[in-house]
Amino acid sequence: MATKNEIPVVETKDLFAGYLPGVNILNGTNLYANKGELIGIIGPNGAGKSTLLKAIFGLVKVREGSITLNGDDITGLKANQLVARGVGFVPQSNNVFPSLTIEENLQMGLYQNPGAYSDRLEFVTSIFAELGKRLKQRAGSLSGGERQMVAMSRALMMDPAVLLLDEPSAGLSPVRQDEAFIRVSEINKAGVTTIMVEQNARRCLQICDRGYVLDQGKDAYTGTGRDLLNDPKVIGLYLGTLGA
Amino acid sequence: MDFFGIFTSSISFIIAPTTIAYALATLGLALHFGFGGLLNMGMAGFMALGAYGYAIGILTFGLPWYLAAFVGIAASIVFALILGIPTLRLRGDYLAIVTIAAAEIVRLMLLSSAFGGLTGSADGLSGFNGPGGTVTNPTVGAGGFNDSNPIPPGDYGFMPFLDNERTWYLRIVGFIILGLAIFIVWRLVNSPWGRVIKGIREDEDAVRSLGKNVFAYKMQALIIGGVLGALGGLMLAFSTNVNSSVYVTSLTFFLWTALLLGGAATVFGPLAGSIIFWVLQAFLGLLFPALADAGLMPFTTIQAAQIKYIIVGFALVLLVVFRPQGLFGNKKELTFVK
Amino acid sequence: MSSNVPSSSPVKSTDLHVGAIKPGVAKKDPVLVADGVRRQFGGLVAVDVEHVEIPRNAITALIGPNGAGKTTFFNLLTGFDQPNEGSWSFNGKSLAKVSAFKVARMGLIRTFQLTKALGLLTVMDNMKLGSTEQKGENLSASLFPFLWKKKEIEIEAKALEILTRLKLDAKRDDFAASLSGGQRKLLEMARALMTNPELVMLDEPMAGVNPALTQSLLDHILNLKKEGMTVLFVEHDMQMVRHIADWVIVMAEGKVVAEGAPDEVMKNPAVIDAYLGSHQDIDLGAVTGRITLPKNSKEK
Repeated sequence: MATKNEIPVVETKDLFAGYLPGVNILNGTNLYANKGELIGIIGPNGAGKSTLLKAIFGLVKVREGSITLNGDDITGLKANQLVARGVGFVPQSNNVFPSLTIEENLQMGLYQNPGAYSDRLEFVTSIFAELGKRLKQRAGSLSGGERQMVAMSRALMMDPAVLLLDEPSAGLSPVRQDEAFIRVSEINKAGVTTIMVEQNARRCLQICDRGYVLDQGKDAYTGTGRDLLNDPKVIGLYLGTLGA
Repeated sequence: MDFFGIFTSSISFIIAPTTIAYALATLGLALHFGFGGLLNMGMAGFMALGAYGYAIGILTFGLPWYLAAFVGIAASIVFALILGIPTLRLRGDYLAIVTIAAAEIVRLMLLSSAFGGLTGSADGLSGFNGPGGTVTNPTVGAGGFNDSNPIPPGDYGFMPFLDNERTWYLRIVGFIILGLAIFIVWRLVNSPWGRVIKGIREDEDAVRSLGKNVFAYKMQALIIGGVLGALGGLMLAFSTNVNSSVYVTSLTFFLWTALLLGGAATVFGPLAGSIIFWVLQAFLGLLFPALADAGLMPFTTIQAAQIKYIIVGFALVLLVVFRPQGLFGNKKELTFVK
Repeated sequence: MSSNVPSSSPVKSTDLHVGAIKPGVAKKDPVLVADGVRRQFGGLVAVDVEHVEIPRNAITALIGPNGAGKTTFFNLLTGFDQPNEGSWSFNGKSLAKVSAFKVARMGLIRTFQLTKALGLLTVMDNMKLGSTEQKGENLSASLFPFLWKKKEIEIEAKALEILTRLKLDAKRDDFAASLSGGQRKLLEMARALMTNPELVMLDEPMAGVNPALTQSLLDHILNLKKEGMTVLFVEHDMQMVRHIADWVIVMAEGKVVAEGAPDEVMKNPAVIDAYLGSHQDIDLGAVTGRITLPKNSKEK
């Protein structure tokens, strides 16, 4: 099992955060991601999976604890500051600009560093070949799964230090879900450190390097993806045995 | 500067008949908007119909006051039906637009000389409260409101609540009506009917999918709230005369201010809001002219009297931004963002 | 009720159809029959169902890619939308032009894809709203508590029972807005169950619900069948469909393109292509090259 690097790309220590005053969703979460890892976060509803991701991206107020990016403390920074430091976030819905073309959406990902456009476009189309052929298509005319792909690509355009994905398979039919997971795996194989929150725990654990099972705002279990997939406690509490 | 006089005059508004009138209309608005999510921007129209219906009932139809009151109430029910049938099936914003226009139409019709025989047009109607057969009110028989007054003539109470028997009778009747109204509304909103209304406030389709006739519920809320508005108008009519210049759009917005001040989705909020609103109004309306008179403000007396309206508008904005739930409201329950 | 141990394999209803299996095949005892239902939005034909019958007292799954028209079809059947043409009947009674609340009163209850848990009401109030037996909801009766108080207590007890089964009982007095997305889905389904429906139409009931809790929900749906109800649900989770569905209907581009028992339908190549994907039962770790599977394993 991989151990923590000296300086992991992302690390949260005893994180407490929430939306309503006085109510914490995260109750002391500890997580880290080494360079090049694909980390999966699963768990029951209300466990705080999305909240954890949003806390890393500065969208939720952190009340206690710390978050570091490559060793630098980023706790409390706002989302736009985090983007400048290389944190890429792909929300679950409303993740493309429907009135803009695919090309323009990708350009939006680079607005802080427009000069790197052609290099980054090459990188992105090496993973998603079809994008290169449809650059002029209006994003609003794309299906849900296709929009996911564009949203992920947009985040990749800025050469992120870490990519945060919020339930990339949500609302998709089985064939599109499989495509989404394969895509995430491809992105990670190209060298992008990725943290993904997922509801489809089975598929998520099948492709990730390490996983965290969140329950009531705490990391209840952690291990390699394979270990968690086969752990009877995790199966009993989170995965269910329908797949068996 | 007569601080004592200003102070006592303002405090007297705590139980003034106008305050009770506002409390009734605001209670209707609470039912419409606070509990039902209906954006009624024309409550002044309901009040006008209540007041004028009553006055016309006495002067034109010669009814005794308690029957004439039903004319006012009936008029408001018809008004609610006319408003509701076309708009309640559409998005909520349409009701807002239609009610603003409808209330103004009502006012202009009451103002117009075309119906002058009935409404007194710009002069309005007066002399319908009695006592009847007197020099000042020769036309009214003995069925006026003041004729039913059992309290012997004289002044009662203590400063600042020192008034004659008419005002006290008015107050007592007003409190009885208000008490009944609050009790009924309280019963309604804490019943299963109230639960359905609150559900509709948030999502009509969800409630429809559970088998409830959403249109019927909204119409019922519109009518009941409208009747409460009419009762408010009735209280104003009992006090003196009726004049269309009272039932302007500003009146509607004053009611909204009182509503938001007290708490839109509460049963006692409207009363609290009305009291605070009127006491403050009276206070500022007397304070600023007095200050201007004493040379402490660079305005004329008349200008200074208008400052209170600016303050009311400002207060309304602050309320909505910083404390939309008002005094008694529950922040978690009432939000403006849908 | 333990949510972790799967219930013994559910007894599937078989022999539901009449004659050869094809899209639109007739059923022995249909509870809902639709004919020539067509809904067009401008140039786009969202629904174009020639004929479909839903078998009574069985669990039918409606599957298909996004944009296939499943939710639009639900809306049409339940009165939330009007078709351009078509007729359909519930227990023999025509539902065309019947308004949504009346359809619900007839016993046809539906849930929504985008949850409509009433956030500003408590969980318990949401549940009580589901009951169709509370006379206190009538204006005149509402003023006299003695007329409805007793019923209210009964309703509350029934609600609590359902909430406990779905593990929402601790939240009964919380505002529904404070529930997570998956919990709200559960609440919406629980609320629908309060109406004692004859036909329950669930639009993606498992979306966003934790896999372990899914099993308890599935047991609940199976219970509905035992109590005589019919279930029609839209889902993307094929495990769930395989586990409880007696019959599967596949929609694509507004039309019914396949029907049959789950195992048959899932082997249909056209369905695999358009919807299921070829990795349906294969570990994605193997597909992406992250792991190598031993030769004869069929790990999922």
